[in-house]
Amino acid sequence: MLKFVVRRLTLESIPTLLFVATLTFFLIRLAPGGPFSAEKNVPPDVLKRLEAHYGLDKPLLVQYRDYLLNALRGDLGPSFKYPNRTVNELIAVSFPVSLELGIYALAMALAVGIAIGLLASARKNSAADYLSMSAAMMGICVPSFVLGPLLVLVFGIWLGWVGVSGWATPSDRILPAITLSAMYVAYIARLTRGGMLEILSQDFIRTARAKGAGGMRVVFVHALRGGLAPVVSFAGPAMAGVITGSFVVETIFQIPGLGRFFVTAAFNRDYTMIMGTVLFYATLIILFNTAVDILHVWLDPRLRN
Amino acid sequence: MPDTYLDKGTSLWQDAMRRFVRNRLAIFSCAFLAALVVLAVLAPLFAPYSYAEQDLALGAAGPSVRHWLGTDILGRDLFTRILYGGRVSLMVGLCATAVALLIGVTYGAVSGYAGGRLDTVMMRFVDGMFAFPFTIFVIILMVFFERSLLLLFTAIGCVEWLTLARIVRGQVRSLRRQEFIEAAICLGLPRRRIIFRHVIPNVLGPVIVYATLTIPAVMLLEAFLSFLGLGVQPPMSSWGLLIKEGAEAMEAYPWLLIFPGMALSATLFCLNFVGDGLRDALDPKAAKD
Repeated sequence: MLKFVVRRLTLESIPTLLFVATLTFFLIRLAPGGPFSAEKNVPPDVLKRLEAHYGLDKPLLVQYRDYLLNALRGDLGPSFKYPNRTVNELIAVSFPVSLELGIYALAMALAVGIAIGLLASARKNSAADYLSMSAAMMGICVPSFVLGPLLVLVFGIWLGWVGVSGWATPSDRILPAITLSAMYVAYIARLTRGGMLEILSQDFIRTARAKGAGGMRVVFVHALRGGLAPVVSFAGPAMAGVITGSFVVETIFQIPGLGRFFVTAAFNRDYTMIMGTVLFYATLIILFNTAVDILHVWLDPRLRN
Repeated sequence: MPDTYLDKGTSLWQDAMRRFVRNRLAIFSCAFLAALVVLAVLAPLFAPYSYAEQDLALGAAGPSVRHWLGTDILGRDLFTRILYGGRVSLMVGLCATAVALLIGVTYGAVSGYAGGRLDTVMMRFVDGMFAFPFTIFVIILMVFFERSLLLLFTAIGCVEWLTLARIVRGQVRSLRRQEFIEAAICLGLPRRRIIFRHVIPNVLGPVIVYATLTIPAVMLLEAFLSFLGLGVQPPMSSWGLLIKEGAEAMEAYPWLLIFPGMALSATLFCLNFVGDGLRDALDPKAAKD
């Protein structure tokens, strides 16, 4: 087990990260324009000194090597657009916000999604089943940038129940979390239903029923563990998704999270901030995927060998 | 099952067709999509106004007899703009999916057919790409290079091919062991011909299903980019752009958000139902998730 984790985290993730870093580096550096080109009227000598200060005047390959060596030591460099702030600091400030939002959204998605999926699988082909699966389809087809503004309009502006922007009070957190979780609620409900239906049709469930186990006991004690396997597989990408995919929600609700910082950085061509965010996100995705693999082995003893 | 079924014998495709036609939801979705495509393609004929025509004196007005879905802040007819937006959204959806299909099917087929070390290396690459934060990649592409429709769907296509490549590879690997492929090899057919004439046609089923489900994903990504201001540029319109404009003005003029949102969601609904219907028809064994 430990060997598997170590192998995953070194042999497989380091080439991936290197690839991600290389592709991003040359993509943004070979494109026209630069971090200081948007500012009008920068005198040529000032521009030269700015570039020298950030090492942008060196050959590209030297910069690439320097960046990688620094990144290896955990130093992601200074931000070009936020003077006197390092990329590390900016990530440290904004990531907890995104993480908090992501945790709310995923917790809600798991709780609601699994509940709906269990209900639908327990009453297969009933009205409740069709109704909940149609609702799930809606969650998939109404994107966050439609749902978010609609929720703001109804609950924030017309009814005035909750905050609609910022991240200051607890009520500010409700609508963003709902908006971000909607799609995941839908997917998890569908996956739970599918997984449970498959498990419930197996022989060991019939054995359990024959031995007199009640409906509740069969579902929760016998079937749930296997039935949730698809949900577990999905949880890794979902966790990565709620955290790296929150740009829209953070933009709609003006939340100072990493997603919004990244979008601003991209627009500003803040090279180091873009590189830092991409590497950070890629690391997170790898970590989540590894965690999910471990969870799988724990849930399904057949995978242990 | 009627007797004629056994007598005549039916091909896989006839069989699938029969199952698909019985699925009313999917047929209804097909009709809706067909109507939408016709309306969007022939928008210049159908649309009551031109997409950039402004009536500043009117400004943003609610739905009326003259403007069925109302007008935006510049007095442009919303129904017309949704039709024109649909052209862009549908085109991006189809073209980007085509790009993804082209890359994914070729890559997967080559990898699966070649097997061995090449296969390992090619699939490692795909695994690695899955760790890549894609939305970010597309955002970077759209910010740093000149925003054009061509770049938009190339970028999206380059992102969406990975799963396709995996599906195709899996199918090809199981096909490769079968007799008719061995026969083709024995006959001395060149490798390229075997892949394109004998292998790829046999993996079309799952590929069609997955492609149908890729279109809504792509349209969503386009709308998302336009919403961030990185996709289609005004005065052209796409559904994402209309939703963005609508969200900015929704407090005073909620219909500007609601109607484009409905257009996008209804289309995504239908595409998903058609995709599910095709999956049930082409691959009855696949569990309905």
